[in-house]
Amino acid sequence: MPITKVFSTEIERISILDEHGKFDEKLGKGLIPDKDLVKLYEAMVACRHLDEVAFRLQRSGRMGTYPQNMGQEANSLGAAYALANDDWLVPCYRENCGLFWRGVPMEMVLLHWMGDERGNAIPRELFCTPLAIPIGTQMLHATGLAWAAKYRGEKRIACTFFGDGATSEGDFHEACNFAANLDIPVIFFCQNNFWAISVPGKIQCSAPTLAQRAVAYGMKTVQCDGNDLFAVVKCVRDAAEFTRSTGKPHFIEGVTYRLGDHTTADDARRYRDAAEVEMWKTRDPITRLRAFMKERKLWDDSKEGSLKERVEKEVAAAVERAETIAAPNRTDFFDSMYAEIPEDLRLQRDSTQTHGLGENPSQLDGVEVRKLDHPEHAH
Amino acid sequence: MTAIEMVASDAVPDESSGEREIEFRDALREAMSEEMRRDARVFLIGEEVAQYNGAYKVSRGMADEFGERRVIDTPISESGFAGMAIGAAMMGLRPIVEFMSWSFSLVAADPILNNAPKMLYMSGGQFGCPIVFRGNDGAGGQLGSTHSWAVEGLYSNVPGVKIAIPSCPYDAKGLLKTAIRDDDPVFFLESERMLSMKGPVPEQEYLIPFGKAIVRRAGRDCTIASWGRPVNFCLEAADALAKDGIECEVIDLRTIRPLDLDSVVHSVRKTNCCVVVDQSWPFGSPGSELAARVHAACFDDLDNFVHRVHSADVPTPYASNLEQEYLPNARRICEAVRHATYRA
Ligand SMILES: Cc1ncc(C[n+]2csc(CCOP(=O)(O)OP(=O)(O)O)c2C)c(N)n1
Ligand SMILES: [Mg+2]
Repeated sequence: MPITKVFSTEIERISILDEHGKFDEKLGKGLIPDKDLVKLYEAMVACRHLDEVAFRLQRSGRMGTYPQNMGQEANSLGAAYALANDDWLVPCYRENCGLFWRGVPMEMVLLHWMGDERGNAIPRELFCTPLAIPIGTQMLHATGLAWAAKYRGEKRIACTFFGDGATSEGDFHEACNFAANLDIPVIFFCQNNFWAISVPGKIQCSAPTLAQRAVAYGMKTVQCDGNDLFAVVKCVRDAAEFTRSTGKPHFIEGVTYRLGDHTTADDARRYRDAAEVEMWKTRDPITRLRAFMKERKLWDDSKEGSLKERVEKEVAAAVERAETIAAPNRTDFFDSMYAEIPEDLRLQRDSTQTHGLGENPSQLDGVEVRKLDHPEHAH
Repeated sequence: MTAIEMVASDAVPDESSGEREIEFRDALREAMSEEMRRDARVFLIGEEVAQYNGAYKVSRGMADEFGERRVIDTPISESGFAGMAIGAAMMGLRPIVEFMSWSFSLVAADPILNNAPKMLYMSGGQFGCPIVFRGNDGAGGQLGSTHSWAVEGLYSNVPGVKIAIPSCPYDAKGLLKTAIRDDDPVFFLESERMLSMKGPVPEQEYLIPFGKAIVRRAGRDCTIASWGRPVNFCLEAADALAKDGIECEVIDLRTIRPLDLDSVVHSVRKTNCCVVVDQSWPFGSPGSELAARVHAACFDDLDNFVHRVHSADVPTPYASNLEQEYLPNARRICEAVRHATYRA
């Protein structure tokens, strides 16, 4: 028999609460306790409201560029909920909802997009890395974080997020290959929203799913309805269990859609079909969950009304905190350059008022010039 | 005399002569489109260049005119399309590779630094690499440190590359046309902050030769040498200084490799004073290179050491006030000139 089949595979797709409100009792029962479900819903509504407010802030010149998360909330939220609180969340830039769930203050994300480095100083104990803007870099970092956890004998795993477009970067392939071959406990969560700015998925990947990219690396993989919070929670929970117990990586493709523009610098109407957007609005993760909760008598219009009020206050307060923070000091940028500031940099810092940044002795009036000693030459 | 020299013009068209004014981005597009009409080997490749008309609308309309075969959208794979374009250049095509930002070229460091500039050398002259890499360079306005690289500091250290860095629409067009016709790899550094800048660009064809600086403003007291966007800061500083009676001669180098030392030396012999303004970091930069050369060539002419104004030796800050302070801005240039001319 000269021709034999050496490999074949199938990709599973998980959907629990579909866009028509149909709920799969077998998969969904007991997955999320009712009281958590309400909180998760509220978190999505808050995140959505922040998106709307941020958009208006940008339009009125109070914020730089901002990428809306609208429509994709369930992905990062479901993951943050399903993971342990000290597992690493390694985001790209469309994971606000999960970051807020973990405890990142809203104003930090606002500060980031207002162009303030202090927005990146996420407290270490939250186990979240700062937003990653160069496409692809964070996947390797997540792999390294998880690898270090394994090295130190910790149970911690990492979950990293990235878009469909990011799977075209070499970094993605190198991260997958490492994680699979070295048995590194990292979850690769791809938010496939079908677009990378104006570039459609077809230009990034010709295979029918992104989930199958993992197959080539010998990695477990699954596709889920990323607009279905239940499906995301189930997939991430299963993946986390697998990853934690085996130390091996797992891939998840969350199929979702960017309801807004790529960023506020973009106008998606120029390249996207209005009908496509309208169709995806009917699959919105928030309306779907609200209908489900109403049907189960967990939610009603009066609760919705008071939630709206609470969320508006919460977001307004975050905006206020972000906007009233004192401007950073012009010498700040020198201080976090090295663990200890080197002498030449200290001179630059103390003489930034002048042109040569510490080069020209004549500018150093009033600046303390320490006599350099070179301890390494002393002996 | 080569064709380039015959049509070259060093003169900035007189703005009062009713010359047409266009934006920097349109000047770039005209250069690319004209060269693509002229030479079927030229094509444009990069992220969002076709359907979207370029992330910064530089290639507006080009996909319509030249079609998908010559204006090519890529996946987000900088290393991939830079390397492929080098292969195409080795086969005699003339790719123009757009990096949405030069900051993203770091992902493609191996092809652009380790392959393109030494292809001719390493193939013993068998394969040239006539390729243009272009995109936004330097601080674009609160884009944060990972998106604000001024790559001339890093890349000018590499033998085999040519680096052009225009400061106005006229130069953008003339230098880019020269870059596309060049037989060697050219790194072409634009600035997001200048794309909407308008300036005179004549209808008739012209090219600007590499390695020929231009005097933007004449003066007798101090030579200010610069390139790219900071030339505009220098002109601003020169205006301010003139009010105090300090007349600066502002020289725009236009290309960093080749570097037109002669024009600077010629000016310094007159002013006896030199300030170099460079938006890259101070350590081992094109600015320090020029300063060293001026010291060597004008040792007996200088009344003071060559002063340098650079970006601060830190990653580009995110906050607007810090970014302004970080850059070699007009205020810092003025201070440097005052110190260099002993009028502080
Ligand atoms: C290395 C690099 N190349 C290009 C860019 C410019 N860029 C920013 S977002 C983006 C599209 C990303 O698409 P995708 O990964 O699908 O994520 P999405 O925005 O859809 O969430 C591009 C090309 C970048 N930030 N980094
Ligand atoms: Mg996408």
